Amino acid sequence: MAEKNRETVVAVSKPAAGEAGRTGDWRSHTPRIDHEKCSQQESCLLCWMYCPDGVISREFPLEIDVEYCKGCGICAEECPRKAITMVQGRQSQGDPDEGH
Amino acid sequence: MATKAAKELPKEEFILPGTRSCAACGLMLTYRHSLKALDPGKTIVAVPASCMTVLHGVYPITPVKVICVNNPFAATGAAASGIVAGLKATGKAGYTVVAFAGDGGTYDIGIQSLSGALERGTDFMYVCYDNEGYMNTGTQRSSASPAGAVTTTTPILAKLQHKKDMLRIVEAHRIPYVATASPSFPLDLYDKVRKAKEIKGSRYIEVHAPCPPGWGFPNKDLIKMGKLAADTAVHVLYEIVDGKFRLTSRSLRLAEKGGKKTVADYVKGQTRFKKITEGQIQALQEFTDRRWYEFMERHQNGRS
Repeated sequence: MAEKNRETVVAVSKPAAGEAGRTGDWRSHTPRIDHEKCSQQESCLLCWMYCPDGVISREFPLEIDVEYCKGCGICAEECPRKAITMVQGRQSQGDPDEGH
Repeated sequence: MATKAAKELPKEEFILPGTRSCAACGLMLTYRHSLKALDPGKTIVAVPASCMTVLHGVYPITPVKVICVNNPFAATGAAASGIVAGLKATGKAGYTVVAFAGDGGTYDIGIQSLSGALERGTDFMYVCYDNEGYMNTGTQRSSASPAGAVTTTTPILAKLQHKKDMLRIVEAHRIPYVATASPSFPLDLYDKVRKAKEIKGSRYIEVHAPCPPGWGFPNKDLIKMGKLAADTAVHVLYEIVDGKFRLTSRSLRLAEKGGKKTVADYVKGQTRFKKITEGQIQALQEFTDRRWYEFMERHQNGRS
């Protein structure tokens, strides 16, 4: 008798970025950081802490991953120094929707 | 030791960017900091049909670096119990089993399996992220929706009943740890999840997760809305360790220093309350005040 195949096949997802695609495309406004206004202090990091998607870097000067930033504007709202402003548009290079 | 500043939170992220959750999702922020508090290499998450399933992605990709078991809507407590039993049977030690369910999957549909798991004293943590409705399926009414809120199943008169006091039901099981938290206070949330992780037995944390599309407020105001809920005592932050009650974070400060805002302040910023009447606001205020004074009294008694 042939040996039984006891291998179990389970559908398991594997982790990867961009599960829902480039979520930066959802954005209507884009956060822009004024690095001179930013305190650049470890003691702040409020934007990093409050970003639901965790797309703000933790190292200074802070950087926002615009490929995935959904543009909710929490960072601009919560920044105690008003160093982040939301500017109109997706601000990504080669965006076909940004008509010229 | 309480975490005092953002810099003390772990740097590593366990949710990769580009998730399916809405912009400014209260759940997403909750989950992000909860995973930082857990040890994701040694954590198994049980998730029912909910916004959380959506966040966890569509096969074969997931943005979350944690083992997750998807279970039926009503079965979160049972599924988590099964995982705990399975780990024990196979001799795998050191894992934390955490169930993450919404208010629909906790207050309504999942209440029997949760109660069963708590009664058995299952060694697991249950986190209910309460966004006050069935947000994933289109903002239907749940027993966690507040009175006066318009939902897609209460479109004309708005909801007439007050929110169910689920925490009292959970507390009645006399489990070692019950707490409430909010993504607007990530440090408090982080501390509570970390504390719960170290406790043996059933642990329950309820997180008040504001939902901009469901509640009708601008995305950017997510944090402010959660803080306002604490300032108006609509959502009170506390923890009960072995029956000992203690207010924490913003709610503790509110009890000590006063300055409680009115429910009218909270209601006016959300379009779900567009049909609320003066009488309903009054009733909501009385409901909130009654709870708040009860909590203050328990806080005093807990200390003495």
